[in-house]
Amino acid sequence: MADTMREVTLDDLDALEVGAAILGTGGGGNPYIGKLRVREELRKGRKIPVIPLDELPDNALVVSLGGIGAPVVGVEKIEEGEECLRALRAVEQEVGRKVDALISAEIGGANAMEPMLTAAQAGLPIVDGDGMGRAFPEMQMITWSIYGQRSAPAAMADEKGNVVVFRETQSDKWLEDLARATVVAMGAAAGLAQAPMRGEFVKRAAIPNTVTQARNLGRAVLDANREHRDPVQAVIDHEGGRLLMTAKISDLQRHLKGGFAVGHLSLDGYGNFQGDTGRINLQNEFLIFVRNDTVEVCVPDLIVVLDADTGHPITTEMLRYGQRIAVLGLPCHGLLRTPEALAVVGPAAFGYPDVTFVPMQSRGGIR
Amino acid sequence: MIRIGVDVGGTNTDAVVMDGDKILAGVKSPTTEDVMGGVADSITKVLDQSGVPAGRVSAVMIGTTHFVNAVVERQHMVRTAAVRLCLPAAQCLPPMVDWPDDMREAVGGQYWMAKGGHEFDGREISPLDMTELDDIAAEIGAAGINTIAISSIFSPVSDTMERRAMERLKERLPDANFTLSSEIGRLGILERENAAIMNASLRALSRKTVEAFTTALQLVGLTCPYYITQNDGTLMNRDFVQAYPVLTFASGPTNSMRGASFLSGESDAIVVDIGGTTTDVGALVKGFPRQASTTVDVGGVRTNFRMPDVYSIALGGGTIVAAGGDAITVGPRSVGYRILQEALVFGGKTLTATDVVAGLGLADVGDAALVGVVDDDRLQKAKEKIDEMVSNAVERMRVSPDPIPILAVGGGSILMPDIMSGLKVIRPNHYSVANAVGAAIGQISGEVDRIFSLASISREAALAEARKEATGKAIAAGANPDSIELLDQEDVPLAYLPGDATRIRLKVVGSLNG
Repeated sequence: MADTMREVTLDDLDALEVGAAILGTGGGGNPYIGKLRVREELRKGRKIPVIPLDELPDNALVVSLGGIGAPVVGVEKIEEGEECLRALRAVEQEVGRKVDALISAEIGGANAMEPMLTAAQAGLPIVDGDGMGRAFPEMQMITWSIYGQRSAPAAMADEKGNVVVFRETQSDKWLEDLARATVVAMGAAAGLAQAPMRGEFVKRAAIPNTVTQARNLGRAVLDANREHRDPVQAVIDHEGGRLLMTAKISDLQRHLKGGFAVGHLSLDGYGNFQGDTGRINLQNEFLIFVRNDTVEVCVPDLIVVLDADTGHPITTEMLRYGQRIAVLGLPCHGLLRTPEALAVVGPAAFGYPDVTFVPMQSRGGIR
Repeated sequence: MIRIGVDVGGTNTDAVVMDGDKILAGVKSPTTEDVMGGVADSITKVLDQSGVPAGRVSAVMIGTTHFVNAVVERQHMVRTAAVRLCLPAAQCLPPMVDWPDDMREAVGGQYWMAKGGHEFDGREISPLDMTELDDIAAEIGAAGINTIAISSIFSPVSDTMERRAMERLKERLPDANFTLSSEIGRLGILERENAAIMNASLRALSRKTVEAFTTALQLVGLTCPYYITQNDGTLMNRDFVQAYPVLTFASGPTNSMRGASFLSGESDAIVVDIGGTTTDVGALVKGFPRQASTTVDVGGVRTNFRMPDVYSIALGGGTIVAAGGDAITVGPRSVGYRILQEALVFGGKTLTATDVVAGLGLADVGDAALVGVVDDDRLQKAKEKIDEMVSNAVERMRVSPDPIPILAVGGGSILMPDIMSGLKVIRPNHYSVANAVGAAIGQISGEVDRIFSLASISREAALAEARKEATGKAIAAGANPDSIELLDQEDVPLAYLPGDATRIRLKVVGSLNG
């Protein structure tokens, strides 16, 4: 494919920022800072090669990387710059081998950029894919974990030079809990590198081509803006998604539960959706979309909230009463729809045992 | 209490005289190259018209786009040293990293990063290093810079490091003036630091401007205090505006919205301000402009201070209407301030939006007969196009199906129909000088934006503490303590943080003392 990425260049960054934020489904942190950081690395003359997933050698050693912490801290305490690199080095030391390539833990939000930075610094390529195809709040919700890869040994590093290695964890949920406690001590922002995976496994378990997807998606929105076409439609066309509702936020409730922002927003439809009411439930990310009391789209399918006019994504922290938004449903990748995946990332895993996941494509087009 | 409100716009300088809630006089005069001359002229004119002697005026409130224009035009900004307390964090993105080159050059682009900064919970990232600060002071001094902006990580949570660093630098650089990021912006180090650096670079201009306003007022015999209006429709005294010129950046649209609210008596409404070239549409909530929630771009630089949520379209009284063939296009070009020479109704040769409404007999302006050269069908189509443009903008800002009114203000508001999108259009008295009225009725505010841990205190106690702090700020800025009320509060839980960390933003307002 002519538009498959072989390298991340300066021209890709604005599009990557928009595309990664859309795939963040309201969470994942704002990729703006990440974009600036990648730009600085590229301006130093460093390169970020991209390997298509199907070209990854079976015996290659691949490490999944990302930032961990609170998104709001990420825009205030910007990283020193080599946190993920130090975490990577610690994992390499632990297993006694150098790794061959890096991959993003989650393409949605700021973590789309994190492996690019480390790749530039370490002189490694990144793999065109990721472990979520979107954003999820916890580490066991990653396809590596779902499809059988243990993530220990893993390592975390902060900006001060502290490095913590998790040599053994009893489950990936344990790693999530231990890492969550560690990141708080580190000041709510750190880099995390997971256990090396074999190329053969990554080819099976990664959501494929998501770096290219994020870049092309962002480009579609920016092109639409520039050419005065409807950017919301551009997202739908690019992702094979559906416009669920154009609406104004008529109520917004968020509170803290177990360290996450949970709540819901109520929607009043306008335009073609005049007379409809809607509701979106969220836990950092948007989880469930309800129209007139019927669940219409839920995790792991993507619920995306865009500014109705610019098509630019609105994260859960940017929501406010009265905003005019377009709510979109985008189908998730098949790897997130298997029974073993739905057990970890389906509605029940987020506390909705009564909601049955029905892939949004099988509900057909409503409008 | 007699007040004068002045609005210095790009095209016109407007002035009103008010006695309490009553408007005694209002004038509109062209903005002059020498801004202060224009201010003095319009005040003289409006005082003459009102018959009020200068000695009876208690206060003058001025709204000005002077400082934001300086940034947009990269003029009058002085070389500024940016000092960020952050190491080892944040070194991958130095100060001004996301600025356009010409803007960075306008302030000299020199920065230093030093040890310091706080964690979200108040712990130190690293302690301040006084020797390091002394070295930085020596380098700033050697570079001949005497304007300094200091930022520190999580300074909205704790400003102690910024203050201590300032004291230390002052010992070596006694003549320097300082801007601290914690005094200006909200969380988001880059945006807050950007605002602080811009502010520092404008302080020399600010000092000059404040002196010039003082001279202009003395010239017309006014010895009363004067105030400058800020982004949220509240007032700053002259010392405050000297210190924080960036806070005036969005005062123009704010003043017209507040003025519209006052003139019509409506506190929840859509405001449509139509000038010669552009139309600004905003929303009033409880008498104040609704704020934009995201970052705001000023001259190509991202900032995060509060600005009104305004949607602007290229439509004004002077907008050129092209009726070639079947297609009718309205704008985006405008004859602007040349409308008195170029519009058909004034004997000119260009069909403008003003001619359209005059030709259809919808407004009494100039000589409508001169529009007779254009057939009514075309005028009607152009009018429909104009209504559609404004209506789309109104729909964009409307947040509920409630039948709130539309307030039409500004010289170009004759373009508005009586009903739009099913909403009643109100054109209040003195609508053409609504922005000067908005300046005249400015209030005093105090604001807090901090992270509280609800593990140790209740949400109610945290809100009360925030309110007390905001009230203290308002009183310090000159508000009458008895008049202070809560304007806006918002609490946002912070994902991933333990101890129920919650960010509280809260603002109070009160009337001006005396």
